[in-house]
Amino acid sequence: MELLHDILLLLLLIAIALGMLRLRNLLAIAILGGVYSLVLAVVYVLLDAVDVAFTEAAVGAGITLTLMLAAISLTTREEKPRPPPGWATVLPLAVAVAVGAGLVYAVSGMPDFGSIDAPIHNHVAPRYIEDSPEEIGIPNMVTSVLASYRGYDTLGEVTVIFTAGASVVALLWRWTKDKT
Amino acid sequence: MREHLVVRVIVKLLVPFVLLFGLYVQMHGDFGPGGGFQAGVIVATGFIVYALVFGVSSTLRAVPLSVLIALVSFGLILYAGVGFAALFAGGEFLNYSAFDPAHPQHGQHLGIVLIELGVGITVAAVMLTIFITFAERWHR
Repeated sequence: MELLHDILLLLLLIAIALGMLRLRNLLAIAILGGVYSLVLAVVYVLLDAVDVAFTEAAVGAGITLTLMLAAISLTTREEKPRPPPGWATVLPLAVAVAVGAGLVYAVSGMPDFGSIDAPIHNHVAPRYIEDSPEEIGIPNMVTSVLASYRGYDTLGEVTVIFTAGASVVALLWRWTKDKT
Repeated sequence: MREHLVVRVIVKLLVPFVLLFGLYVQMHGDFGPGGGFQAGVIVATGFIVYALVFGVSSTLRAVPLSVLIALVSFGLILYAGVGFAALFAGGEFLNYSAFDPAHPQHGQHLGIVLIELGVGITVAAVMLTIFITFAERWHR
């Protein structure tokens, strides 16, 4: 049953992506991007990654869509018509198909999904699972890893967000506006 | 949006609950899914919805831009400050166990709550700042 859900959701993701490719209305494309994130959040819930799903729903579907709409309101709503496909599009298409085929081939060399012998389950994960209730003592292990074991990485992420906000203010804010 | 009475009333009713849910996600991040990132985004969304309906200028009256920019930096400084506090308490940078050597778990909990608060403040302030900056340009 879960396999059926997975297949349906992944097909829906492909359909949304194709729709985004075909559309020319930037507003509709931005909204479809939000829908894509929401469907992806459901996929993450099925994979039992609720923290990631929560982030995807809040950041991907919520705030990214809003910021995209704000950006579109500063430009135009319609994409410029593209030139008909010629040699300039065939070469990138060939590269994309070749890379995609290589990736599909590489998947066959990866450990099975959920396999306990996979390297990812035998590196630091056992330590987090066994020792974090003793060392950190909070029930949500994801928060233990994000905030304590990997505190440096999270500090870096917050710095990235800070830099984004500072850059937008520095570039776009009109400091010398008249008070009305 | 001045003429849409239903939207105005619903948004006015909705915003306090959005902010409350943001606080819940912020404070509950160590027990369930959630944390500073999600909470910051949810709080920012509450303000953005308000700004969409009632205008940027009335939102800026609630949170002036100077306060917003100060909050952007404050969250990051709080996070890094907790790291340095752990350093001066005798541990390593960001090793919260140093806050309470007798009970390392209490120290860890305190540190995690503080840095999540820092993350939430910075994320909320940055998202709102970016939106307001874009919306202000569109207005004129």
